[in-house]
Amino acid sequence: MSDTALRAPLPARADSGLRSAKFRRLWPLLPTSIFLLIVFLIPVSQLLWLSIVDAGGEINLDHYERLFSTTLYFNVLKNTFSIALWTTLICIVAGYPVAYLLASVSPASRSGLLIWVMVPFWTSFLVRSFAWMLLLGRDGVLNQWMASLGVIEQPLKLMYNFFGVMVGMSHAMLPIAILTMLSVMQSINPNLTRAASTLGAGTSHSFWRIYFPLSLPGVAAAGLLVFITAMGFFITPTLLGSPREMMMAQLIIIQIEEMLNWGFAGAISVMLLVAAFSIFYLFDRVLGMSALTGGASYGKSRGRDGLLSRLGSDIGRRFIAGISWIGWGIGHGFHMLFRPKYDRPGGQRMTARWLVGLAVIIFLAVPTFFVIPLSFSENSFFGWPPRGFSLQWYEAYFSSAIWQEATLRSVGVGLSTAMLSVVLGTPAAFFLSRQQIAGKTAIIAFILSPIILPHIVVAVALFYAYSYVGLIGTNIGLVIGHTVFTLPYVIITVMAVLKNYDQRLDQAAWTLGADQARTFRYITFPLIRTGLITAFLFAFVRSFDELTIALFVSGGIATTLPRQMWSEALLNISPTLAAVSTLMLVFVAAIILIAEFVGRRSRRR
Amino acid sequence: MKSKLSIKNVWKSYGSVMALKETSLEVPEGEFLTLLGPSGSGKTTLLMTLAGLVLPDGGEIRIDGVLSTFAPSHQRDIGMVFQNYALFPHLTIYENIAFPLRMRRMPAAEIDRKVKRILEIVRLPHVAERFPSELSGGQQQRIALARCTVYQPSIVLMDEPLGALDKKLRDQMQIEIKMLHEELKTTILYVTHDQEEAMSMSDRICLMNDGQIEQIGTPNDLYFEPKSIFTALFLGGANMFPVRIKDQDTDFDTYEGPGGGMIRAPRTNDPRRSGTDELSIMVRPEHITLLRSDEHAENAAEVRVRNSVMVGPVTKYFGELADGTDVTFTQLTTAPTRSAISGDTIRIGWPAARTVVLPGRSVGHE
Repeated sequence: MSDTALRAPLPARADSGLRSAKFRRLWPLLPTSIFLLIVFLIPVSQLLWLSIVDAGGEINLDHYERLFSTTLYFNVLKNTFSIALWTTLICIVAGYPVAYLLASVSPASRSGLLIWVMVPFWTSFLVRSFAWMLLLGRDGVLNQWMASLGVIEQPLKLMYNFFGVMVGMSHAMLPIAILTMLSVMQSINPNLTRAASTLGAGTSHSFWRIYFPLSLPGVAAAGLLVFITAMGFFITPTLLGSPREMMMAQLIIIQIEEMLNWGFAGAISVMLLVAAFSIFYLFDRVLGMSALTGGASYGKSRGRDGLLSRLGSDIGRRFIAGISWIGWGIGHGFHMLFRPKYDRPGGQRMTARWLVGLAVIIFLAVPTFFVIPLSFSENSFFGWPPRGFSLQWYEAYFSSAIWQEATLRSVGVGLSTAMLSVVLGTPAAFFLSRQQIAGKTAIIAFILSPIILPHIVVAVALFYAYSYVGLIGTNIGLVIGHTVFTLPYVIITVMAVLKNYDQRLDQAAWTLGADQARTFRYITFPLIRTGLITAFLFAFVRSFDELTIALFVSGGIATTLPRQMWSEALLNISPTLAAVSTLMLVFVAAIILIAEFVGRRSRRR
Repeated sequence: MKSKLSIKNVWKSYGSVMALKETSLEVPEGEFLTLLGPSGSGKTTLLMTLAGLVLPDGGEIRIDGVLSTFAPSHQRDIGMVFQNYALFPHLTIYENIAFPLRMRRMPAAEIDRKVKRILEIVRLPHVAERFPSELSGGQQQRIALARCTVYQPSIVLMDEPLGALDKKLRDQMQIEIKMLHEELKTTILYVTHDQEEAMSMSDRICLMNDGQIEQIGTPNDLYFEPKSIFTALFLGGANMFPVRIKDQDTDFDTYEGPGGGMIRAPRTNDPRRSGTDELSIMVRPEHITLLRSDEHAENAAEVRVRNSVMVGPVTKYFGELADGTDVTFTQLTTAPTRSAISGDTIRIGWPAARTVVLPGRSVGHE
């Protein structure tokens, strides 16, 4: 394409020194890089350091010895891996049919169905966990219904056990898994399965031999993201599990909040970090990191001939050949039995896809809504069914100074975070989407690392760093901490917008006499405004929902809304939480609608 | 000859849009038939119904005598080359070509033999272990051809297969497809919107317009004896003069052209041509010659030349008749032209045998 010619770097003027020319090219990257260096890279490195030195500055591996000396901690490690692994498996198996359905329906049906994946994606983990507590509890929706149907006599124990944790975790991670797989499936050329069909491949062969292998990078990326996120998770296992399901993140919180053993908490965080890096390493060895960004390249990665990957691909090939012949056999048997004549149209076989896909979407979308009736009930406990009608729980919320303060702080912190992220991230996004420099992949990986690593590790690292500079319990501390996580999202979103932006429009403006500033003011900015607003809203919601950072950094003084909900849930779970959850649902729904509206309006142009 | 493909009254609509009106077509074994037409003319819809990728609303399709109107693609004995080739990116070239053979459960030794042979035929035996992304556009094109001919399907469908290639490569691939066609003796149905491509490759051209067949015949038929203004204008350049019938003779009919000039054309028995019918005369620009003052032609006219353009082998002249009707004609460029004739009035002529009478009047052609 002529793109490369257009993107050629501007010739550096001979008189200005090489250094300043380089600076002029690199400056858009600086705000983001410096920010992440100070509030992400240095704190995390310091955390690593702290875990291996004692108070006197000597190398000391006591913390690690302790970690491996008792079965308690080893069991937590084992739990963490097994819960993360099962969550990953469930999300892939349940999410694949949904992504497949979304990728294969018409664009109109797709955007209709996508809303029901997006709503849970944007809804706070806390609210969703409360909803599951309401569904799975002893007096919960499921137990009540089954009892009234006469299926059971005694209430079943559906939560405070492994089952409850699995349901909650899968529900929490499914949207990420679905969206990741969908993005890869949408990039599969639909002509490939058609071509397979004209070459004689039936439904089974063309799915298993062509579509499925091509969708595997999406499956791998989804698996990796879910696994790493799940490893650092604590909300769902705390609310829906028992001490038997304790995960590493919970152990970190206990060590910091109850035992005040910061060094040991650091050591556990480092373990988590090491585990995450090992997974990344294995992933890269077997599949290659390019799978993460969805761009699997065949043929170009021929250097990857390790035993592991060869073994994997060999088994994979046999598996795929086997399963596609099984599917073919079933279809062929059907064909032999009924001998269809092709004189009239046959039914299109989308039914199974719809059934499975819709079942998972219902599992995703419906549970959260159960908190709404409870918030208007006269019940004094967090259980089903709601009785009567009252607004007392809303009154309790609106008349409480603590709730009001927490809400105001969350809104303020959210707005500031979103603003800061957009201001810092936009120049970086421009740079990364337009300049060709060596090591670009490494830079992107660095910028994305805060959201790919377990959040709790970053939170603990910031907690240590803040304790030196006195930022604990301050709003600024919260804004900075949240921006570490929202910045990568903003950069990705703006980069995606710029990818569709035709740079020749800018060049046209220059030739028509506009300078760089006015080109941005009158041409570039109006065209990317929608993308920036979306990025802003996204950053706001992420910050508004954020609990991990708030848990450590707010220091119990500057409490945010999620932090307040969390404390209430641990102390005494009451219908007030249902009222707050309902308000949050309405709030998030309003933001999604705004984003959708802004997007539609701009698409009309 | 036996019919490889037989289409009877096949039609397809999308909502209120008639993508393909009732269409019937017979394709004999070994023929290279091109579906030619502008975008939206229904040529791709027709091809897709044959491939089983679009189900028709009605009609009947038989491939090799087998009723396949609504059969899934994989149950039809067809091969198809897609616009961007649709080579499987995760399979090697060898596996891409072996794919249809594996689907037909051939023994491994036979697969190996066939894949190697077809790779020889398309002259790419060395790329077997590469992946599609490692091949150039022209090479991918040849692999796509190899993949859909290796299992010798009854009929090969090609959907604008050369659209993604540049002009030079396209010309070369046209010849290669033609050679492959002759070597393998397959029946080919080829979709394109490029009239030159259609003319140079086809045994017959099926020109489509507005969801139906406009005219079907050999390239010569369509070029020299178009049956409609659309056909005349779609294939090559054409001068179009509105005329009225004046006189009918044993050999020639005489028409009154623009400005009252008389034009002679071969006698036809088309019953529609009575005195009141709207008729047009079509003359190809290259059939017009410049007349010296002492020269005579069966049809002649005076033209004021507006300008001329030298485009290599030919020079195009743009002018007008006395009443302002546009005339275009071409002459071979035999020497550097003295382009000074702009504004001159010259005499042109053309033979009656190259004069085509068509029903209707052309609207707004250049």
